[in-house]
Amino acid sequence: MIITLNDTIMKEEKIQLDFAEKLDFETKNKQIPENPAVTISNLNVWASKHHILKNVELKIPKNKITVLLGPSGCGKTTLLKSLNRLTDLDKELYVSGNIFINDEEILHAKKDIPEIRRKMGLLSQKPYPLPVSIYKNMTYGFKLKGIRDKKLINYNVELRLKEVGLWEEVKDRLHSSPDKLSIGQQQRLCLARGLTVKPHIILADEPTSALDPTSSKIIEDLFKKMKNQYTIIVVTHVLRQAHRLADNVVFMSDGEIFEQGSPNKLFKNPETQELKKYLVDGN
Amino acid sequence: MRLKRLLYNRFGEIWMLSAITIILLFPLVIGIALFIKSDSIVSSYSLAELLFSSEWLPSEGKFGFLPFIISSIYVTILAFAFSVPICLLTAIYLSEYAPKRLTVFMQTVIDILAGIPSVVYGMWGILVIVPFVGETLAPMFGVKSHGYSILSGGMVLAVMCIPYILSMLIETFKTVPNGLKEASLSMGATRWETIKHSILKKGRPGIISAFGLGLAKAFGETLAVMMVVGNVVNITANPFDSGYPLPALIANNYGEMLSIPMYDSALMFAAFLLLIVILFINLFFRYFIYKSQKI
Repeated sequence: MIITLNDTIMKEEKIQLDFAEKLDFETKNKQIPENPAVTISNLNVWASKHHILKNVELKIPKNKITVLLGPSGCGKTTLLKSLNRLTDLDKELYVSGNIFINDEEILHAKKDIPEIRRKMGLLSQKPYPLPVSIYKNMTYGFKLKGIRDKKLINYNVELRLKEVGLWEEVKDRLHSSPDKLSIGQQQRLCLARGLTVKPHIILADEPTSALDPTSSKIIEDLFKKMKNQYTIIVVTHVLRQAHRLADNVVFMSDGEIFEQGSPNKLFKNPETQELKKYLVDGN
Repeated sequence: MRLKRLLYNRFGEIWMLSAITIILLFPLVIGIALFIKSDSIVSSYSLAELLFSSEWLPSEGKFGFLPFIISSIYVTILAFAFSVPICLLTAIYLSEYAPKRLTVFMQTVIDILAGIPSVVYGMWGILVIVPFVGETLAPMFGVKSHGYSILSGGMVLAVMCIPYILSMLIETFKTVPNGLKEASLSMGATRWETIKHSILKKGRPGIISAFGLGLAKAFGETLAVMMVVGNVVNITANPFDSGYPLPALIANNYGEMLSIPMYDSALMFAAFLLLIVILFINLFFRYFIYKSQKI
């Protein structure tokens, strides 16, 4: 009886050892990229016969500002919208390839798409406050989650509005309509609203194109401050903005990625004709 | 040349202004004419007597409009109750879920429905709705009915209102910007939550005005309702009984019973009443829209 028991224990220990070795082996051999927040592989998007995105391969680094740069209509926005599956809304779009967010494939995931989207805050060209009060805009994410703890909600509303520097400007009119705010303030409200659901990534689609220079600068400064906590992807066609903001620039033209790297490298030594031309035209 | 262009410009403006003035004057002129014509009955009876008496015996000089008013309201409410949920659900589906082809096809169907003359709706009501109400629905509820009833009127009216309300709702939902939907979805909302919290909220003024215009149209619709409602002066809560709405009263009797003293004036008063009610429905919904735009 004792012998049998010993045998069993030894067997179990061996199994555990084997398992540990296997795990170690797997970890060592698994290809871990330089910690990207988003990995896009072989992404193609068609709108009926029009090939919008062509074999896009891209790694977006964590806690950095990545700027998608390129002329209008080159597929930057489509790329951005593929990341949070807003491309699903357009039934004419056909999307193929893979997108990994923190190693989780999201493009073909049948599961909880709202949960996937929640991880990415979206800031559009124009601010789109919901047709409710400023406060209700800020609490929308909690409402969706079914959270009713007033203290927690109010704490978060204040925290996020402070994060975007809007608290002092709206604290006395939280229950009035956001339509009365300036466009720049509305854009910051939308940013703060997006932050309430604790996204990992912020997708910004030409977020300053409708704003005056002062409001644009506020948004840009916010992005620079926020990149420690979030991975930020900004779509723009403005070279100067890319210069000011980017840690990593991805240059796109006609649905393809031509070059990517640090702004210094890209803007000083462009390798492709397309980027050279864009830089000449832009300057 | 310069003078000619300036003159054209000036005259163009004047023509446009006159066109607008004519349109502005229409309701006023109609209202005043009806009011003047109904003066003899209004000065002979008190308003309360006319509006709240249920006795309608013109040959004995008794003009109580209450049965007609109640019938009108009853038929309208039924039509509204039938058409509103159908229109709202269809419009949401067409603007948010349906493939483009279905939306285009439905638009054609809606246009066809809107173009069918009301007498055809009336005939269809007599052939289909009246027997259905009399032979199927009434026995189901344990009621005896020949089918010519307030319920039949409500059902036919609902079908007639659908194309109007529906096309206005679709237009309303189309105007809700995509960015707003995307903003809601990217917060982690489901499709339905996005519809509920952003699209229906943003479209609220449009939704209310679609319902308001639908209601006003339903209240004034005459011919098709008249053909199926039974036209019996009657105050009843039972929808399987016949009724007699205001527009049917006017259409059935004007030009026929005018030998009876004050009958002519009574019908004018009915028309005036109809105008006022529709005016109030419109004003009420305008106020509602104004309120709903405020947060």
